[in-house]
Amino acid sequence: MNREQRLARVFVELADTMVADFDAIDLLHTLTERTVSLLDVDAAGLVMADPRGRLQVLAATSHTARLLELFELQNEEGPCLDCYTSGEQVVNVDLNDAAARWPKFSTASVDAGYQSVHALPLRLRKRTLGAMNLFCSDRSTLTSDDLAVGQAMADVSTIGLLQERNVRRQEVLAEQLHTALNSRILIEQAKGVLAERAGIDVGDAFRRMRAYSRQASRPLNSIATAVIENAIAIEELQKVSEKSPG
Amino acid sequence: MSSSRVQDILADLVDVPGETVSLPDQLCVACADALPVNGVGLAFMSGADHGGAIAATDGPARTMEALQLDLGEGPCVDASRDARPVLQADLARTGPSRWPAFGPGAVGAGIAAIFAFPLQVGGIRLGVLDLYRDTVGDLDDDDLVVALAFADAATVLLLHLQGSTELGSGLHPQLSDPIEDRPEVHQATGMISVQAAVGLPEALLLLRANAYATGRPTLDAAQDVVLRRMRFAPEDDHHE
Repeated sequence: MNREQRLARVFVELADTMVADFDAIDLLHTLTERTVSLLDVDAAGLVMADPRGRLQVLAATSHTARLLELFELQNEEGPCLDCYTSGEQVVNVDLNDAAARWPKFSTASVDAGYQSVHALPLRLRKRTLGAMNLFCSDRSTLTSDDLAVGQAMADVSTIGLLQERNVRRQEVLAEQLHTALNSRILIEQAKGVLAERAGIDVGDAFRRMRAYSRQASRPLNSIATAVIENAIAIEELQKVSEKSPG
Repeated sequence: MSSSRVQDILADLVDVPGETVSLPDQLCVACADALPVNGVGLAFMSGADHGGAIAATDGPARTMEALQLDLGEGPCVDASRDARPVLQADLARTGPSRWPAFGPGAVGAGIAAIFAFPLQVGGIRLGVLDLYRDTVGDLDDDDLVVALAFADAATVLLLHLQGSTELGSGLHPQLSDPIEDRPEVHQATGMISVQAAVGLPEALLLLRANAYATGRPTLDAAQDVVLRRMRFAPEDDHHE
């Protein structure tokens, strides 16, 4: 499949996902995964500023401590912080040349195996809510076509995050963002519960909950709640993940 | 930066020698002083059930908390059930249709705006912080940040109140730390709840107590749990 075909397929998948009662966090994970494959980058994450101005990870293609640390560091310095502050794309930065700009972030990123980095704004009219962060293991440069695709994925993320169409009022925005942030915490807690019950790592626990959520057509946060309340048998989650490819 | 604001709020609650007012009451008073509101109430909530006011400033806030408890409806009920803030800048316009009993009662008592913040950490649902005002209008961005800092501080307070931590005389040093919002902390909370056979609130308390006892950030202890370098045993003694 060429990229246009793959892109078309992604949009069909999104249209199918964004029906009533969809789960924003699950959608954002799908978006990061599809972005990595469409742009041929190595890792992606979505960060959003909480109402206190801290950048929080909402979704990422990997949950390794190393990658999480790279997002966390950007509360001090890095492409997401610059992108969030300016509202502009920060792209095609060679991390080997970024020591002066982001001393800690560039070192930690190179140590984690990345060579270049990009951040695309999550924009709501004149506001910037956060950024989509892309990492490349080689020094690949994203073309203007790549960036157009990446920005489209970032824009869809913003739409997915704000499930109410009319977010003109600051209040509604604050309410919406709070919901997404709390849902993220709930899912992390459920990952821990399932990891411990099933004797697996937290990444596997997340994959099982997601696979089950899709198969049962229930939002991820309701699955997370059921896991925490011990209302789903581990065996049920196990069965689904064995059938599902990933 | 903002976590130091939460720390300041909590730290201010201790530095009153011979203070007889409860910590939650002190927090309500400090919150009312820091924001352009007339009253502040703090309620225990269990899902959509009002568990009673823990504290409130004198006057309308106390009345409004009692009203929400009696009627079983109102902004704090919605905020807790839906896990999202309920910000009503013009209660006379929006309140009566949303809350047929509470809305007219609140407007009749002179309340013009209500802002209710759920005190939650994912699946840990502790209560709600309610702000009441007698004039119409939004909280501006700066006020919202201050209100959220008080909500964070109240969350820490309620977490420890729910546990067996003694709050009577002064604030436990551990209590003045805000809850670290990092994925590993929440994952570890979930793991500990299974290991120690306790609920999520108790699991988070155990994690924080361990971090405090070993003199390190909660995140460090959480990483040890997630990487399975540390386990928590069931606390049979405490749970019969």
